[in-house]
Amino acid sequence: METLEQIKARIEKSVPLTKLDILPNECPLGERSLLVEAGRAFDVAKFLRDDAQLRLDYCSNVTGVDWPETVIKTKVKKKVVVEGVEKEVEETIETLRSGHLEVVYHLYSMALKHGPIVLRLRTENRADKTHLPSLTPLWRGAEFQEREIFDLYGVIFDGHPDLRRILMWDEFVGFPMRKDYVAPDDFEYEPTPHDEVLVEAKKHYPVEVDAVAATTANNLNKESMNP
Amino acid sequence: MNTPSQQFEVKPKLDESGSPIGELLEISMGPHHPSTHGVFRMDVVLDGETVVKLKPVFGYLHRNHEKIGENISYLASMPYTDRLDYLCSMTNNWAYALTVEKLAGLAVPERAEYIRVIMAELTRLQNHTCLIGFFVQDMGALGTPMMYAFREREKILDLFESVSGARMMCNYMRFGGVRVDVSDEWLAETKKVVGDYGKFLDEFETFLTENEILLARTQFVGVMPKELAISASITGPMLRAAGVNYDLRKVDKYGIYSRFDFKVPVGEHGDIYDRYMVRVLEMRESIKILTRALADIPAGPVMDPKAKLRGFRPKAGEVYGRVEGPKGELGFYLISDGSPNPYRYRVRPPSFINLTILEDMCLGHKISDAVVILGSVDIVLGEVDR
Repeated sequence: METLEQIKARIEKSVPLTKLDILPNECPLGERSLLVEAGRAFDVAKFLRDDAQLRLDYCSNVTGVDWPETVIKTKVKKKVVVEGVEKEVEETIETLRSGHLEVVYHLYSMALKHGPIVLRLRTENRADKTHLPSLTPLWRGAEFQEREIFDLYGVIFDGHPDLRRILMWDEFVGFPMRKDYVAPDDFEYEPTPHDEVLVEAKKHYPVEVDAVAATTANNLNKESMNP
Repeated sequence: MNTPSQQFEVKPKLDESGSPIGELLEISMGPHHPSTHGVFRMDVVLDGETVVKLKPVFGYLHRNHEKIGENISYLASMPYTDRLDYLCSMTNNWAYALTVEKLAGLAVPERAEYIRVIMAELTRLQNHTCLIGFFVQDMGALGTPMMYAFREREKILDLFESVSGARMMCNYMRFGGVRVDVSDEWLAETKKVVGDYGKFLDEFETFLTENEILLARTQFVGVMPKELAISASITGPMLRAAGVNYDLRKVDKYGIYSRFDFKVPVGEHGDIYDRYMVRVLEMRESIKILTRALADIPAGPVMDPKAKLRGFRPKAGEVYGRVEGPKGELGFYLISDGSPNPYRYRVRPPSFINLTILEDMCLGHKISDAVVILGSVDIVLGEVDR
């Protein structure tokens, strides 16, 4: 298969683009990936599928990744002259990386038996601009996987034929795979007979029972008051 | 070919004057239905007995396996992978170990590679046997064929138990090898089980392969065209039954599969019968691989001495690893940020993705065929729901 640089050059020739980056991978055996701007992602994917040399007809894996806003600290060594003596000082530079959601496609070719090409799409932010184009019209295999990413991460795939929750139930609120998701501690809450339930239940008690309960409570109080 | 199934419009049959004949019947099949192989539901719309719409509904066993994986160490996920496809814990272990080895750059000793192949092929044997038993039961052959299948599966599970301590939740592989070595007695016993397996398959096939009921129920039912299968990312026996020669053991040659001589059975029509036949033939190829592996297995260590069990922190980076599981391509995608836990831990579940075109296969068939079609997909809900 061609190198990623060659593929990138050919994509840039046939699809009008403003941004197409090759992202490095620090793992030596892992693959580098292509970061595509969301607006042109569909065309790039279509090119990768239909190109005679690539023929990536098989979309194996679709993954969502959450990258919340973080401060990245990088240490830089600087030479500073203090009182005529040159010293090496370590300086920490803090850069703010804006948060985004990422969708990663692993594309293979069944016809030519090569791959993978890793395609990455990023949303603008994690709050209100979480739209990405759906690649389900190109590969049916992405249908359930994109639904899963919508369900667990909240990425909205434009052009998806049936974007519903798939693993969580329809009434569920929130996106559990996001890094900042906190599961409510009363997930399995069941009303037990106290507090407001008891007040509700009291409406159905016969009067005598209430009276008996009142006297017992009264007596108990007296006893505890006068030991 | 890429027409999403949702565009099928549900319309009742019309008579000459344009008014509908009868009405459509909506049935919620499952989640507790004997034919759904677990807690799985199909929302079916029927015109008479014919399926006009079918929506799979699942998630009843969802426990967010991937989130759990992000919050525990790399090794701690290993027992969780057993619970994905609980019939094939050995291949799940292998897929995960293979991915982490790729991430951390660990080598696997020769003997461990052989043991992994033996375990994976034994898993394939028992999964396919089991599946055919279930699937014949879906067609109404209650009890007997499944008991035959389970009798044979039990022998393989005994082998797993004696080496790993558990029948199904084996938790056997480690990054850079396997947990414990196998003994010579174990290898002798395995040779015996594998040697007898061919005879059992012959017997099983005598009852099934040319059985008139099986032929009538499976041939040209649930046909999946080749193009649709590729587009919908179908993998495993389902894909090969549709006529696509794509087996990761041949394509990726992971482990030591390049050393074995075996064929990849490929179907012609993509119907249920082909899926059944591909599985039977695959088992015969597995027996070939097993016989060879059991004869060739060398002595030596079973763990990479560089592998660390405690304090395992792979360097930052990301990696996607995949193996040919009995159900299809089982992949793991890991992103490491250098900490003891993976930043992202993703499972590519084959049976989840194989369900994508369940509706396309069932449309136009009778409701009783939908049961058989689902049976031929071979799903395990532990993996579908994760």
